[in-house]
Amino acid sequence: MAAAIEVRQVYKRYGDVQALDGVDLTVAPGEFFALLGPNGAGKTTLISVLAGLARADRGTVRVMGFDVRENYREARRALGVVPQELVFDPFFTVRETLRIQSGYFGLRHNETWIDEVIERLDLAAKADANMRALSGGMKRRVLVAQALVHKPPVIILDEPTAGVDVELRQGLWGFVRQLNAAGHTIVLTTHYLEEAETLCSRVAMLKNGRVVALDTTRNLLAGVSGIHLKLRLDPDRLPPGLAEQSVPGPEGYRVLAIQKHADIPDLMIALRQGGIAVQELELLQPDLEEAFVQIMGRR
Amino acid sequence: MTGFRTLLYKEMLRFWKVSFQTVAAPIITALLYLLVFSHVLEGRVEVYPGVSYTAFLIPGLAMMSLLQNAFANSSSSMIQSKVTGNIIFVLLPPLSHAEFYWAYIVAAVVRGLMVGLGVFSVTLVTVAVPVPHPFWALVFALLGGGILGALGLIAGIWADKFDQLATFQNFIIVPLTFLAGVFYSIHSLPPFWQAVSHLNPFFYMIDGFRFGFFNASDVPPTTSLVVVAICFAALSFIALQMIKRGWKLRH
Repeated sequence: MAAAIEVRQVYKRYGDVQALDGVDLTVAPGEFFALLGPNGAGKTTLISVLAGLARADRGTVRVMGFDVRENYREARRALGVVPQELVFDPFFTVRETLRIQSGYFGLRHNETWIDEVIERLDLAAKADANMRALSGGMKRRVLVAQALVHKPPVIILDEPTAGVDVELRQGLWGFVRQLNAAGHTIVLTTHYLEEAETLCSRVAMLKNGRVVALDTTRNLLAGVSGIHLKLRLDPDRLPPGLAEQSVPGPEGYRVLAIQKHADIPDLMIALRQGGIAVQELELLQPDLEEAFVQIMGRR
Repeated sequence: MTGFRTLLYKEMLRFWKVSFQTVAAPIITALLYLLVFSHVLEGRVEVYPGVSYTAFLIPGLAMMSLLQNAFANSSSSMIQSKVTGNIIFVLLPPLSHAEFYWAYIVAAVVRGLMVGLGVFSVTLVTVAVPVPHPFWALVFALLGGGILGALGLIAGIWADKFDQLATFQNFIIVPLTFLAGVFYSIHSLPPFWQAVSHLNPFFYMIDGFRFGFFNASDVPPTTSLVVVAICFAALSFIALQMIKRGWKLRH
């Protein structure tokens, strides 16, 4: 079976900026995949190349085995993209927008699915409202609906939860998870790394147009070096020997980075000798954010 | 075909939803021209023997409105989509290049025809202009609308800002339509300007169209048809190449 997404040695340059610098990436059918990276890393450029909105200078890109240039019609039919920018056509209502989008994909009698998408994305109350009259969050939902209108096997969501309230975020992820369970491949970019951590089984990290990490979420978390210890101290200060192990943490707490669990007794002794009482202690699990910071910090 | 039909439907719905501005307003403008020019020139100018100036003016005005509105439709739709970013809704789906092109062109022709017919039917109140060769008139209306629709599409794809499009419209389209013999026969011009007029493709569109009404024209209608058909074929080829290559659309 063809890969859902196959990116081979893709280069793309905009003026002086090498937006994509030899990207290789394969996403298997049915995966829930995260594409992470700081702003300007090339995530959106890569998505644009996949969607045919931009053209690679070099390299090959396939969606469900279809080359995005040679077989652009098949490739586009297999792909649904939720763009990052909040765009809409001010001439139409929500339902008109979805019917029209459906027609572009060659689907004429798609009302049942359109109704379901409207229902699932909680758009029913606004179905006949003009796009201009919708709030930002509502417009975002319509963009998601537009991307799903042709039931594409591969769905790309470019920061779908930026500026979206918690309720919609939960609802959206519930829906996307269901689509994934039904066999749709999901590729997601987000700045909320905890979302990627809970949802995605595999992660690619991009930096300056290159893939700097590509692994399962589990392996990336296992690769995080060091352990973090969150402490509430009385008085709230650190003895001189420990101050250099301190890393930024939440207000009112001290977070110390240590190499291994066996270092904890020595740390406790140092605190007691400094006359500092431990009021709370928590061992922090490594998270994707930590992995991200460490990987981005390399080189 | 569903993709083409949908894009065509969307393009027509787009202008129809603001039809006061896109259809009614240009009809009013044309009527104002007619009122003023016929008031000033009726009885003083006779372009073709036995044809009153007002009657002479009506087909030209209808055609000029048709052409300008065909251009306005495809160009404004394209630039608006580009500037607001909703162009991606037509770039993401599997529309073929030809579907994309023809949807914009046919919608432009339809709007042009609606305005042109609107002008013609409203003026029937003042002067009943006969149409001895409706087929010729229709062919030139369709081809002229197609040419301007294609030009509008090309200009819309080329322009990055509304400003650039307005330049294209005000400095190229409007002068060429105005100077194409809408208000006069080019035979009334000095030889030099007559020769210049023959280089203006808009002249052939209007002259050929008018043949359908008066059975008289400045050049034979078959000559006009050849010129107009070549223009349409050439512009279609250029626009299709632009779409195929994704010039200014797919970066």
